[in-house]
Amino acid sequence: MELAALNLVNATLNWVTSALDAPSARAVVFGVHIGGHLFVEVLLLVVILFLLSQKSYKPPKRPLTKKEIDELCDEWVPESLIPSITQEMLSEPPVLESAAGPHTVINGKEVVNFASANYLGFVGHEKLLESCTSALEKYGVGSCGPRGFYGTIDVHLDCEARIAKFLGTHDSILYSYGLSTMFSAIPCFCKKGDIVVVDEGVHWGIQNGLYLSRSTIIYFKHNDMESLEKTLEKITSENQRAKKLRRYIVVEAVYQNSGQIAPLDKIIRLKEKYRFRVLLDETNSFGVLGHTGRGLTEYCGVPIEKIDIVTAAMGHALATEGGFCTGSARVIDHQRLSSSGYVFSASLPPYLASAAITAIDVLEENPDLTLKLKENIAILWKGLSDIQGLSIASNPESPIVFLVLEKSTGSVKGDLQLLEDISDRALKQESIYVVASKRSTLDRCPLPVGIRLFVSAAHSEPDLLKACESLKRVAAAMLR
Amino acid sequence: MITIPYLTALSTYFSYGLLFAFGQFRDFFRKIFDWWQASNLQGYAPICLGLEDFYIRRLYLRIQDCFGRPIASAPDAWFDVVERYSNDNNKTLKRTEKISRCLNLGSYNYLGFAAADEYCTPRVIDSLNRFSASTCSTRVDGGTTTLHKELEECVANFVGKPAAVVFGMGYVTNSAILPVIIGKGGLIISDSLNHNSIVNGARGSGATIRVFQHNTPPHLEKVLREHIAEGQPRTHRPWKKIIVVVEGIYSMEGEICKLPEIVAICKKYKAYVYLDEAHSIGAVGKTGRGVCELLGVDTADVDIMMGTFTKSFGSCGGYIAGSKELIQYLKYTCPAHLYATSISPPAAQQIISSIKVILGEDGSSRGAQKLAKIRENSNFFRSELQKMGFEVLGDNDSPVMPIMLYNPAKIPAFSRECLKQNVAVVTVAFPATPLLLARARICISASHSKEDLLKALEVISQVGDMVGIKYFPAEPVKQLQHQHQQPGKDTIKSE
Repeated sequence: MELAALNLVNATLNWVTSALDAPSARAVVFGVHIGGHLFVEVLLLVVILFLLSQKSYKPPKRPLTKKEIDELCDEWVPESLIPSITQEMLSEPPVLESAAGPHTVINGKEVVNFASANYLGFVGHEKLLESCTSALEKYGVGSCGPRGFYGTIDVHLDCEARIAKFLGTHDSILYSYGLSTMFSAIPCFCKKGDIVVVDEGVHWGIQNGLYLSRSTIIYFKHNDMESLEKTLEKITSENQRAKKLRRYIVVEAVYQNSGQIAPLDKIIRLKEKYRFRVLLDETNSFGVLGHTGRGLTEYCGVPIEKIDIVTAAMGHALATEGGFCTGSARVIDHQRLSSSGYVFSASLPPYLASAAITAIDVLEENPDLTLKLKENIAILWKGLSDIQGLSIASNPESPIVFLVLEKSTGSVKGDLQLLEDISDRALKQESIYVVASKRSTLDRCPLPVGIRLFVSAAHSEPDLLKACESLKRVAAAMLR
Repeated sequence: MITIPYLTALSTYFSYGLLFAFGQFRDFFRKIFDWWQASNLQGYAPICLGLEDFYIRRLYLRIQDCFGRPIASAPDAWFDVVERYSNDNNKTLKRTEKISRCLNLGSYNYLGFAAADEYCTPRVIDSLNRFSASTCSTRVDGGTTTLHKELEECVANFVGKPAAVVFGMGYVTNSAILPVIIGKGGLIISDSLNHNSIVNGARGSGATIRVFQHNTPPHLEKVLREHIAEGQPRTHRPWKKIIVVVEGIYSMEGEICKLPEIVAICKKYKAYVYLDEAHSIGAVGKTGRGVCELLGVDTADVDIMMGTFTKSFGSCGGYIAGSKELIQYLKYTCPAHLYATSISPPAAQQIISSIKVILGEDGSSRGAQKLAKIRENSNFFRSELQKMGFEVLGDNDSPVMPIMLYNPAKIPAFSRECLKQNVAVVTVAFPATPLLLARARICISASHSKEDLLKALEVISQVGDMVGIKYFPAEPVKQLQHQHQQPGKDTIKSE
């Protein structure tokens, strides 16, 4: 058997050798010696080309058939539009039956009102009511159009000029709602790629504006200048392309969430050192700080030209609605065409604009209103400094007196519940209306919740002393 | 859909190209000029980069006097427009003391509540004296008065839903509600021509946004099927919820939304419907209740109804109406309710009084008269314009009628010529509309009388001839009128 196989192999080898040694194998074509190995190489080349030209295997594409899509659509079950209603969602706020002045009527009983941000006591002021009445008779209530399409009434232009004159800036622009001022002004200037350094305790309007602007946002510790300096240092050392990148610092003058006052002079020093622009929200300091009520810039002795953009809501000291933004001419002109809350929305009702003009006139004639407010804040501070279980977390000069729990219950919800119980009891038993600060689910502020008292220049001394006594009683009863 | 004649499209592109080229030239010279002079920015990046405001500086500023015209009286049927002049080629405009009385075809005053009204204004002044101009606090912190409660009940009744919540501004209503009811993992499908506030709200929510062709229910169905089958992008997990956002009347087109078909599709695919009735509430429908009444859609089928009070009620603010649970949830979480000042009490009273007038609860039939008048006026005006040969968009019964201009040069021409003859119109161009489709938008009001409309038609026809926007052939004037006049003239002559 092996012999036969061996013979076969030998025969094959001989045949191959003879084939390779055939005369054609040693032919000379065009001066090139063709060896027998050339045939093998040509064969290999043909095989390679054949393999390359084959299509690679792709799993066949099978788009979903109509029946399959129908099945998927039938199977899909959406979540319900809102989560189920819990007990705390059912609570209703107390309903006022008269104007929100220093005294108001709730449920037929007269209470002392510390829940309205009526800092200068303009709610119910006769001059304001007079100017509103004449504006209502002349212009009606609404303005029926956006600013670009016949919604600009001469009172709007007068109001903008008045505010600019009062603050000493070049021009100002009116918005029709306080909340929309910040969240329209910020996306106008901060675009994708810009860097914004912002305090972590800012209110929701600013947070939303920053989110919509798609810039890089970096938070620094609440009202902590060293944290701010460190952050600015880090940013400038990392990014050298300062030519096209715009950099902003966003702070509030008096923080709504904590009552702290921002140290503007330090911020200006840092801004000039690191070349950032400053955006200041003066909602709770306009008409309050500074000896003529011009706000934080007067209080800290900083010229207003150094702040690039100043915004404020008029629903606090000026007792009307709406907001304004002021700054240099370039800043304001740019907003007239690119700020979405200004261009795409109806303008402020004219009677509110005329109320704002009157309020500023009254403030300018009586600068001692701010002094009265300061005195009231001092009285309240003295009275509440030794309250049991709560401590004052706000600045002694801020018109928002913010009380936080000394010992937290452990969760934000628990704290809020306790504080609401305290304010409820104060209202029902002691006729003092104070409120606990509320938080929306969309709010990302990490500061603690507390009880807020808005002090007004129209509060009398007996009111304030009564408030201190009552709160001390309630706190002693509930926070043993 | 708008089909532009080929020649018009070509000439419009050419005009814009020319303006763009001129603009670039001037920018180039400005760059050289600035390079000579030192900049005073001292190391800060410029607050607006070169190309961002190119459109504003080179195109918009040329025709700036057509926009933002100040007025000195209430925006009623006739109003006083303040004249402005410019010394530096339209860069800045200065007010003068002179005013001119013009016919108002631009304000959103559909039912005529813009000026002082005999029923509403005394009550508004009363509430001003009682509650003052503002409550200075948020709704949850002492800003809720008895007026606010009454207002919410009134609005819920009027719209046809169990409960409603009212905010101080319409723009904020959209921007602050959408993030609360939908978040990451949800899908928002919105009409391609939706208003900026809806786009802002959708972006702020973090959900995925998809667009369907304007007012085309079959395309909406296609988009819905595709996206439900595919799931979330990249992970293919099923969507948490889907909300379809449409408007009642689209303010730039004058079209009424095809609500019955859209609601049927959403029911089939289990998506939620969000209807924005900013322009249609109070203006359409037999009793003014909006698009649902006009098209016969049951309000229980629309999950969230939103609207504003600026247009038909002559006030300010916005509302959301829905089921009791939805409103309770919104009152607990919505930032516009928790952080923003509540609506001004006189404005709230104006809304309550105007709703009472519309429903006839004030004891007179003025409401029904107003509703009939606006329907009559809109249909008459639209048909006359179409007879004259203008290209008018929009459906019957809608008080908004855009007249197509197309060419950028015709925008200031139309606006200025009309103003010279004491008719005030609104012209809209890019970016509120697509680049080629500039238009003039007319808003009819119930306080326009027949003579006002005839005067407006005369002026618009004259200016239209001058500017050349009668793109369609006009209908021939009837021959009968001439024959009738002839015998009359003979009789006079014979005597």
